[in-house]
Amino acid sequence: MRTDVLLLGAVFGYLGLLFLVAAWGDRRAEQGRSIIGSPTVYALSIAVYCTAWTFYGSVGRAAQFGPSFLLIYLGPTVAMLLSPFIIRKMVRIAARQRITSIADFISARYGKSTGLGALVALISLITITPYIALQLKAITVSHAVLISYPQSAESILYNERFWMDRSLWVALVLAVFIILFGTRYLDASERHEGMVAAIALESLVKLVAFLAVGIFVVFSLFEGPGALFAQVAETPALSKLMHLESVPGGVTGWVGMFILAFLAFLTLPRQFQVLVVENVDEQHLARASWLFPLYLLLINLFVIPIALAGLLLDAGDPDSFVLILPLSAGLEGLPLLVFIGGLSAATGMVIVETIALSTMVSNQLVMPLLLRFKKLHVGSTGELAHWLLRIRRVAIVLILLLGYLYHALIGDTYSLVTIGLVSFVGAAQFAPALLIGLYWRGATQRGAMVGLIAGFLTWGYTLLLPGFAQSGWLDTALLTDGPWGVSWLTPYALLGLDGWDIYSHSLLWSMLINASLLVGISLFTRPTPLEQTQAALFTEALHPNLPTTALQRGQTTQGALHELLVRYLGLNAAQRVFKKHSNHFELDQQDRPASDDLIMRAEQALAGSLGNASARVLINSVVRGEALDIESLLSMLDTTTQTLEYNRRLKQKSDELARIGNDLQSANNRLRELDRLKDEFVAMVSHELRTPLTSIRAFAEILASQPGIAEPKRQHFLSVMVLESQRLSRLIDEILDLAQLESGRMSLHAMPLDLAALADHSVETVARLHEDRNIRLDVSIDERPAQVVGDADRLEQIILNLLDNASKFANPTDPRILLRLYKKEQHVYLCVEDNGVGIAENARELVFEKFHQLQANDQLTSQRPKGSGLGLPISRAIATHLGGKLWVEDPQVLKGACFILELPEASID
Amino acid sequence: MANVLVVDDEPNIVLSIEFLMEQAGFSVTSAANGEQALESVAAHAPDILLLDISLPGISGFDVLEALRNRPSTAHLPVIMLTAHGREVEREKGAALGADAYITKPFSTQALVDQVHALLGEKAS
Repeated sequence: MRTDVLLLGAVFGYLGLLFLVAAWGDRRAEQGRSIIGSPTVYALSIAVYCTAWTFYGSVGRAAQFGPSFLLIYLGPTVAMLLSPFIIRKMVRIAARQRITSIADFISARYGKSTGLGALVALISLITITPYIALQLKAITVSHAVLISYPQSAESILYNERFWMDRSLWVALVLAVFIILFGTRYLDASERHEGMVAAIALESLVKLVAFLAVGIFVVFSLFEGPGALFAQVAETPALSKLMHLESVPGGVTGWVGMFILAFLAFLTLPRQFQVLVVENVDEQHLARASWLFPLYLLLINLFVIPIALAGLLLDAGDPDSFVLILPLSAGLEGLPLLVFIGGLSAATGMVIVETIALSTMVSNQLVMPLLLRFKKLHVGSTGELAHWLLRIRRVAIVLILLLGYLYHALIGDTYSLVTIGLVSFVGAAQFAPALLIGLYWRGATQRGAMVGLIAGFLTWGYTLLLPGFAQSGWLDTALLTDGPWGVSWLTPYALLGLDGWDIYSHSLLWSMLINASLLVGISLFTRPTPLEQTQAALFTEALHPNLPTTALQRGQTTQGALHELLVRYLGLNAAQRVFKKHSNHFELDQQDRPASDDLIMRAEQALAGSLGNASARVLINSVVRGEALDIESLLSMLDTTTQTLEYNRRLKQKSDELARIGNDLQSANNRLRELDRLKDEFVAMVSHELRTPLTSIRAFAEILASQPGIAEPKRQHFLSVMVLESQRLSRLIDEILDLAQLESGRMSLHAMPLDLAALADHSVETVARLHEDRNIRLDVSIDERPAQVVGDADRLEQIILNLLDNASKFANPTDPRILLRLYKKEQHVYLCVEDNGVGIAENARELVFEKFHQLQANDQLTSQRPKGSGLGLPISRAIATHLGGKLWVEDPQVLKGACFILELPEASID
Repeated sequence: MANVLVVDDEPNIVLSIEFLMEQAGFSVTSAANGEQALESVAAHAPDILLLDISLPGISGFDVLEALRNRPSTAHLPVIMLTAHGREVEREKGAALGADAYITKPFSTQALVDQVHALLGEKAS
């Protein structure tokens, strides 16, 4: 049943499915309907963390060291829970700077350093190739186990020629896959949507396969977890295994393993690829931060039960328990599913890791070298974009072959777990440069470089070299006695630090040396302006004030920039850059200067394909006289959030003060205006009082000094004095009235009354006077009674005032006055008209001002009894007090002035 | 006999000044507003002007300015009579060339003395 043909069919059928999914993902991406724009897909793609090492090796490690394997998953869990502080920042930076890999990230952080990028790429290549080999080995071994069961797989593994090794063919198929879906484009910041979709599917497949085998083992081989653990409890050797003491190195081993996994989760090239580079939306982190830990929990749920079951049933090599257990039960379908699950775990890792490594190789190793050859760069006329893709494709094939060779030649001597952990510690060397550089602006390129080299060498000495020794390539005396017999240099017990597990030991020393050199040297080196800028942009990535505009200024023409982009990215990509900027690039714009913004955009586009360091070199080759606007950037960023908050409050306070100041100012202005009005009023009052007083005094003095005045004249003078005195008292009364009305202190005796009766009474009062002056007064009262609420005396005062004014201003030759009273819409109207010249429209409000006297231009003016100039203001104030109005209207019946008093009608009851 | 022109819109004040001036031996004409005053000056060529400031129509200041602008009346003695007691008014009158400034209510004796003084100066 388990024929090679069937297996191969399954393997390539599965790989074919991946092709379809990836092609579908890419097609959807091209159509702008991304299928990976979901946090769930993002979380699943992060699960590429779980490789064949997890799939087969977790059980192996659990069988050997108990629950310590969980620490490998606790580190990433914590890292994801902390993602708002670390990963979010990395994602934000990567999106802004078009980061293509972790090598690019570290290079960009330290001034877009070519050297540092190359170093990271090189170290990645060295530390990760064994890890790829590990995956290929897992495929080979699982295949062999499946084919040869129940015989041991040994015979197949050691007797096959290399071309018979299925993993070679799998590697080659994967190379095709990666080339197809990993190097289709050279743009858009190295995102590979189809590939991510395929990885997410692989994560689902391996989870389902592992859960299936777990459920089978626990519920079919045993009768549930209770039964399984009951059996374990009866076997002392096994129950002891599950205690925490079984972790190598004890507590330090626990802590070391946790820290190692935490760091490696952030620095492994493939994790950086899916976490940061392939992230399409920062918001996806929110769901991934709990969904991914949940995934880890599920995939680890059955590790211990499977390990215990395998040990109980003595199922051979622990690394193959997941395969052997269902095989031993005589199943056919489940082992195949498990094999496919393991295949998905292995291929997922290989695909992403290879893409990440090939990007690094092309961008950080090959490109900088190519750019050194001026001839190639300046002289060539064709598009270099295809060149770059070719470089990357060759890199992919080479990396996979290298992985295969490592597997074929050395791989057998290491266990799965060993290779994995050695890689972890190697990748962790990037952590100081990455994490310290993310939070400390003072970290410099020199510091990062030296720290990284030293850490890497320490790793090589404490982990890699002993591995070679154990493989028999070096004298094992190195491990026991140290090099040349110097015991404190023993790789596993440096400086006499003994008793630790080898990984924690290596991690401690390498991290200590790496980080302290990074910090120490940074303190004594001066960063270049570009380094300072990049450092600020990285450390303050989450700063709300971070500028998005161009920070550098330089001169070049649009033509030169366009040519550069076409050469390296192709015509389409170049047009996209120019299109985003303004319109299409036109030939007649060749010589126009390129704006700083366009230069920045061009550099970003180049960085998205070639990496930041090479992009910088290329931009520098066409842009002259670049100046870095670092001062303004730093000053912008140095304003910490606290200062901003302080400034905001200060501004708020000063705004408040300004508002209060304005209020005070306007209150003061109002007071000044009132004061001025009061002064004016006093001046006018004094003027009005002086006038009658003048006559009184003059005549009093005349009478006093001239006793011989004729009697009629004396009588006349005396009567003038009396009249003027009366005028004076009237004036004083009116002034007091007005003052009281204006201050609101006048008490009005409001009561229901008939305005018609009041009008009659007023008319009677003036009738005789009018007759004397030949004034014709007509009265027209529509309705009786006209009920209003008011003070009878005051209302009569108004009517008399209006009649008096009318008599003064009526036509002198044929004076006529009309008083009308009518009701309309719940109001009573009293209207007094004369047949004089009337009041111009713009003077109609002026007549209500105090002491305003109309300039009468008829000859009778001088003989006319003068008013005080307070009558109308007082009348209006009274009307207002009674809830009514008094105003001047267009003449209605007669052609002169027309005053209308409006009062609300009172209900009869 | 020197002629005095009294310009005021208050009939009773005009009445008292007329009486005072006649008693003091002057002939008196009167005007109730600025236009009448200017007409009267042209018609009667008075020797001295008693001029109120607050007049209907053109003010006493306007009249004074108009007189001073005419060569024939540029040096006509003018006494401003006013109920405005404020310093600014007095200064304005002085600036326009008023010879004296008397605030209402005035002392009758002071007014007569002032007229005598101005006419005496003129005579000498």
